[in-house]
Amino acid sequence: MTGEESVTVVVVDDHALFRAGVRSELGRRAAVVGEAGTVADGIEVVLKLRPQVVLLDVHMPDGGGVAVIAGAAPQAPNVRYLALSVSDAPEDVIATIRSGARGYVTKTIATEELEDAIVRVAAGDAYFSPRLAGFVLDAFAAPAPTAPDPDLDQLTSREREVLRHIARGYMYKEIAQRLTISSKTVEAHVSAVLRKLQLSNRHQLSRWAVERDLD
Amino acid sequence: MQAGDHPHQLRRRLDRALIGGVCAGIADYLGVEPLLARAGMLVIAGLSGIGFALYPLAWALIPATGHRPESWRTRLTGWREAVAIAILTAGAVVALRWLGLWLGDAVVWPLITLSCGLALVLRQVTAPEWLSTAAPSEPDAGGLGAAWRRWPAGVLGTVLVFGAAVAFLRTAGILTDSGKVFLGTAVLVVALALVVAPYLLGLARKLTSERLQRIRSEERAEMGAHLHDSVLQTLALIQRRADDPAQVVGLARSQERELRDWLLARDGTAGPPTSLRAGLEQVAQETEATHAVRVETVVVGDCPLDERLQALIAAAREALVNAAKFAGAAQINIYAEAGEERVEVFVRDRGTGFDPEAIPGDRQGIRLSIRERMARHGGMAHVRSTSGQGTEVELIMERAAA
Repeated sequence: MTGEESVTVVVVDDHALFRAGVRSELGRRAAVVGEAGTVADGIEVVLKLRPQVVLLDVHMPDGGGVAVIAGAAPQAPNVRYLALSVSDAPEDVIATIRSGARGYVTKTIATEELEDAIVRVAAGDAYFSPRLAGFVLDAFAAPAPTAPDPDLDQLTSREREVLRHIARGYMYKEIAQRLTISSKTVEAHVSAVLRKLQLSNRHQLSRWAVERDLD
Repeated sequence: MQAGDHPHQLRRRLDRALIGGVCAGIADYLGVEPLLARAGMLVIAGLSGIGFALYPLAWALIPATGHRPESWRTRLTGWREAVAIAILTAGAVVALRWLGLWLGDAVVWPLITLSCGLALVLRQVTAPEWLSTAAPSEPDAGGLGAAWRRWPAGVLGTVLVFGAAVAFLRTAGILTDSGKVFLGTAVLVVALALVVAPYLLGLARKLTSERLQRIRSEERAEMGAHLHDSVLQTLALIQRRADDPAQVVGLARSQERELRDWLLARDGTAGPPTSLRAGLEQVAQETEATHAVRVETVVVGDCPLDERLQALIAAAREALVNAAKFAGAAQINIYAEAGEERVEVFVRDRGTGFDPEAIPGDRQGIRLSIRERMARHGGMAHVRSTSGQGTEVELIMERAAA
């Protein structure tokens, strides 16, 4: 899965500077094969090039990352998405994850870590940055007002523990060591959280949703 | 919908209109001179009076096309409109008469005069809105000259309105009957109100638009001041420190943080922070600014700051500064979780690490500023560090009972 061939990547971001930066940074384990600056171009490029991973800006005019996934995913089901942004707005990030992105990183991420994330997402795993882990913990923190499906609406204590370690800045390997489980199990926990995040309905009643309405 | 787009449809031609463009439109439709159509309309009106009713009906029913030419707008508009309104009223009255509802001479002529005068008065007030070709942001675009030119129409309008009132009173016999003084006064007051109200309305509208404009310009000034104090200053600093990449990065990071807080209208900019999240973010920001490291701050939950949590933040700051100074790592992670009963903060770096038991006596930071400060407020601090693998400081503070 993480063979010697580098992962093909398309960057969809409305900031040309950022696209250029990623293109020049990536190299060893992942290579940028195409880029786009708008939602419409992004869908076109993704459908044409069918990359393994799309680096997707959360915030763009005309709908942002969510619109790109909605436009391209039905026809290119094997393409995987990694959301990234400078934005701190949790609801936008969570919305992108829920529409199909397999992870989220901030744009200030170090190159090494970005490559890590790309390789992981290309292999079908989830990649949670510390910030996303924080968002998810926050989203699942408040007790579910209505819990039609407890399996989906709550995190297990192990999943919570893994997320807290990610939020604290630990890598999967280190987490496995600290919790005396295997790296694969850590990965499984993160994937389970991703699945819950995408399938659960309770996120809409999360802390921010409530705060939004009260504002 | 320019004139001439649909030559075979009946349209009022505003671009060639004398009053409402009805005759011009009919002439256009029939392919004859507008003058001919106008003459025809007059003849019909003269023959039966029905033309007076037809014209307003046609005005109301036939859609318009084209735009009134500038000259039409700026010259004599008030007068024409007044005449048109008078004709409209007359038409309506004639139509009523036709239906057998004659209102009586006491009402008809005053009514026509009144509508004519009102039209003139109203024109003077509403005119600047769509008459002026200048941008709407310049309410006085017409200047003194325009105001002076508008005067006669306004005066005449006023005279007409009062004339109508007096005529009504006279023909109804109220003026001569001393017993109906009250009713007479009421009629005159109504006339006065009709004349004055449009002016007041216009004045109010103008005041509102001026107020909006002032608010807008104040906002702009405030934003300008803020950008000047923050972004421009930072950019100037960056230019002067261009040879020191670490410092440039630090400046850019802290400015980015600050600008984003400002855009999101967080409370960070005004006064000391009042919540755990704001407090930690401020500490992180200060550390980034002074030590050229990246601080990734993740906070789950939030709560207002009290004395204990102030101490917690102070301890976190010490841990952060220690990590920035001694660990040599490019990034430090802060993770804080505010629970119902306790608040936990983790400060982690991947730097050189150290042996916590073997701290030299002159480095009192950990002992005094972290452990003892936490203990004083009923909290705990754990330091985990391994040489070569970095350090994590864990701070736990029980929350005060509410």
